[in-house]
Order: sequence, then C-alpha cells, then structure tokens
Amino acid sequence: MSTARHSPVRSIAAHAVLAAYTIIALFPVFVIVINAFKSRKAIFRTPLELPNAETFSLIGFETVLKQGDFLLYFQNSFVVTVVSLFMVLLFGAMAAFALAEYRFKGNSLMGLYLALGIMIPIRLGTVAILQMMAASGLVNTLTSLILVYTAQGLPLAIFILSEFMRQVSDDLKNAGRIDGLSEYRIFFRLVLPLVRPAMATVAVFTMIPIWNDLWFPLILAPAEATKTITLGAQVFIGQFVTNWNAVLAALSLAILPVLILYLIFSRQLIRGITSGAVK
Amino acid sequence: MAQATKKSRRWHIAVFLAPAVLIYTAIMIIPLFSTLQLAMYSDVENSQVFVGLQNFRALFGDPQWSDQFWNALKNNTWFFIVHMIVQNPIGILLAALLSSPRLRMRSFYRTAIFIPTILSFVIAGFAWKLILSPLWGVAPNLLDFVGLKSLFQPWLGKEAYALTTLALISVWQFVGIPMMLIYAALLSIPDELLEAAECDGITGMSQFWKVKLPLILPAIGIISILTFVGNFNAFDLIYATQGALAGPDFSTDILGTFMFRTFFGFQLQLGDPNLGAAIATAMFAIILIGVSIYLFGIQTRLRRYQF
Repeated sequence: MSTARHSPVRSIAAHAVLAAYTIIALFPVFVIVINAFKSRKAIFRTPLELPNAETFSLIGFETVLKQGDFLLYFQNSFVVTVVSLFMVLLFGAMAAFALAEYRFKGNSLMGLYLALGIMIPIRLGTVAILQMMAASGLVNTLTSLILVYTAQGLPLAIFILSEFMRQVSDDLKNAGRIDGLSEYRIFFRLVLPLVRPAMATVAVFTMIPIWNDLWFPLILAPAEATKTITLGAQVFIGQFVTNWNAVLAALSLAILPVLILYLIFSRQLIRGITSGAVK
Repeated sequence: MAQATKKSRRWHIAVFLAPAVLIYTAIMIIPLFSTLQLAMYSDVENSQVFVGLQNFRALFGDPQWSDQFWNALKNNTWFFIVHMIVQNPIGILLAALLSSPRLRMRSFYRTAIFIPTILSFVIAGFAWKLILSPLWGVAPNLLDFVGLKSLFQPWLGKEAYALTTLALISVWQFVGIPMMLIYAALLSIPDELLEAAECDGITGMSQFWKVKLPLILPAIGIISILTFVGNFNAFDLIYATQGALAGPDFSTDILGTFMFRTFFGFQLQLGDPNLGAAIATAMFAIILIGVSIYLFGIQTRLRRYQF
C-alpha cells in the first residue's frame, strides 16, 4: 500500500472539507427547526441557541395547525404522490416490458419517442395543458395533477426499467411460456417481482419532484380544497411573514415528511444512483 | 401455429404499451406541440387569429416585451454559469473526497450533503431568506463571530447581488446531484487501472487529474446537460423567494418567472396565453439547442475516453 493514498494528513484534510460542507448543508435546516420550538423573543435574541426550558414554546405550531389547513394539504400531497407513483410504476413497467421483451416494428422508434420526455420539461406545455384541463373540467382537481405527474414520470421510469428488464433471464420466461402462462402472467408473476429493486429506485426518483412541485399545483389546482403542501406552505408563509413563530413552524412541518421519507429510502436512493451510473 | 402466436403476441404488446403511450402522448407531447402552435396565434376580439411569427417579433423586438425577455435570458444565462462554475466543481471535489479509500463516516456525509436536494424550493428558499434577512440577523451574527460583519449586505434585496445569491442558494440545494453522479462514476473505475497508475508512480492529486478525471468526463457531460435543462426550466426558487415580479426590479427574473407572469398576468399586467406560449417555445428552442449540442458535439467526443 502506498503511503500517499492513506496518509493521516490527507484523511484529516478530507474529513475537514467534508465536515465543513456537511455543516453548510445542514445549517439552514438546523436553524429553522430549533427556532420553531422557541418563543418569539428567543428567536430574535438568541437565534443560534438550542431551545431550553425558558425559551421553549409551541405557539408557532398551534397557530399553523389552527389557521392553515395543513392536514388537508398534506393529505392532498399524499394522494397525488401515491397515485401518480402507482401509475408511473405500473404503466412504466408494462411499457418497459413491451420494449425490452418483444421485437416488433418500430420498437426502437417507440423507445426513442418515450425517451424524449427525459430531456424536455413537461412545464413547457403548460399553456396547452391548462386549456385542455379547463376544457375537460379537470381544473382544481387532484386528477389533473395526477395525470400530469404520471406523464412527467413515465419517460425516465420506462428508460430505467427497460434496462433492468433486459437482464431478466430468457430461460425463466420461456419456461413459464412452456408451462402455459399467458404473457400477462409472465409479466406480473415472473418479471415484476424480479425487478422490484429497480422499481424502488425509480419510485424514489419519481416521488421527490412530485412531492416538491410548486408549478403545477399553482396553475392547475390552486383551490383551497386541492392545495398541496408545497403550495400551502408557500401561500401560508407569504401571508404570515411577520408571524415568525408560525413561519418557522410551518417550514419545520413541511421539512418533516420529506426528511422522514428520505431517511427511510436513502439507502435505496443511493444504491439506485450508484448502480445506475455503473454500467 | 407460429403465425398465430405471433399475432396473439402483438395484442399483448399493444396492451402493455397503451396506457403509458396514451397518457404520455395526451398530457406531454400533444400539449407541447399545441403550445408551439398557440404561439403562432393571437387573441383578437376573443377569437384566435393566425399571426405567424408576430408574437416572436414582439418578444424579440417590441420594447414592451423584448426588454423583459432579453433581461430574463441574460439572468438565466448567469444563473446557469454560476451553477457550472460553483456547483459542479464543488460536486466533483466532494465526490473525489467521498471516494477516497478507507474514509470513515462516508455514508453519513453522503446522506447529510444530499438532504437539501430533497427539500422543496419553497422550504430551501424561505429558509435562506430568513437566514439572510437583515431583520433576523443570523447571517450578520455569524459574520460578526468571524469578524467580518462589515461584509454583510441584504444580499437578496440588492439588485447587484440578488441573482447571484439565489443561484448560490440553488447551488447549495443541488450540489448533491453532481456529487452523487460523479461519486458513482468514480466507483466504477476498475481498481486494476488505479493500481497500474500507482505502479507508474502516479498517485494522489496527479492520479486524479491524469487518470480519474478523463474517465469521469462522460459523467461531467451528463451533469452539465442536466444542469442546463434544469436551469433554463427553473422557476420555483425565484417565485418562492422573490415572487412573480422577480424583484428587486426584475433583477432576478428568469425565463420561467417571465413566462408565468406573461401567461397569467400579474397585478397591473394582463395575462396573454399566446405570448406565454411564445416564451415557452423560445425556452423549448433553447433547451433543444443545448441538448443537441450535448448529444452531437460533446457526447460523441467523450465516448472516445470510454472503455
């Protein structure tokens, strides 16, 4: 082992840089969350101290839960994300299977057509999407958001999943065919369980932008009953700029769900990114 | 017999493909093209009239619109440049450090640095807005702590700094993405290659520059194009922190906020869907040009380095 690669000076320097950047990355989140639990006076007087017995206060959270419909917004976000995710995964996997498994005329052309959407943001079609949703009476419904997010998520899902479907052994599928399984059964019973890890990766990639999106909720579903948590937090924070307790509490509440989701899925996400780039 | 199975198979293909293709075509491809088409029309006395390229002429030449358009394009370009010169080098540096052998707490660093990326723009934007606010004073206090309080400015409120500050906030949020992709690319370099380099006496920094960097160039290319598409499509962060008017005095206006304002109208300005569509078309063209340059120019050249 060469000394240059493992010298202690080098490793201390690496730790110093990484630790410094970790502090930069987490500092804003930390400041927001600790101050959300403080009284108004303490927020201004000692913004960088942890809440103690004297400064601890939940007044911000009380305001938020009383005034904003945070639970409803949360529910809307949840419904939109879960349903879109389900549709992206199911339809994406079906299309990926068709592209990976069968030879038919226009196969690669279809693959290219579906892959176009990876590079071209769906947002550029907003004007026409809104007109279409208005014409079909879907404005201010969660359905409109679900449709848009499904369309948005499909290209990448198909692209990644068809790579994985190609790796499923042909012998297994042919054995299934000899046993008389229909193509549908082969897909649902044999192939789908085998690509489950890839599905989980695609799920995480699809979920984060849907949960965090501001543009489409703002345009397609801004009504009180259909607001998502991102839009709700945006509007709420905009209205209560002077109520610092409420703003900080609202920010903390909005951070919480993604943070929990991330901590649950982070291993899958990281594995997905690393395995995706490793050919 | 063979004919029959072939035919019955065809139906499966259609059934498997149909839902995805239908939704994708109906919600993404058709609206994209009708937006391009809409850009060629104008609303005259409540009916749509074909005006050809007149909307684009207004957008590029009529001072009422073109000033805002070129301003937004200029800001957008600067936004992108800041990402390229700050975000991507930091991402590469972090990835190089993370991939150094025998590093402890690797997954902790990775997870922590990636956390901002999963937060929504609304949260990231407001968190920084509060921290940088002269009213609250976390930033001045911190600068005071290191004796640099005189450097403090209301960075988000001054025309000269606001856009760069927002770009840096966006860099803070998204540095996790280049970090992860480069990290993955570095992991995929075969060990034998690095050992061979070591036998030749190429170690440490020079090993990074001479051996690893050429090998991760394709990943840097992908990151650059992702940054480009993401930046020229950006909207949320600016809207969440500075509002639809992209203040102060439009100094942070980018194509996304300009399109939003033009499409919906804002305060005294009336919404004009056709002109909004024209801006979307211009954005589409810009993104298409960038992607084409990447695909035909950069990617084919980068392939030579691959094994």
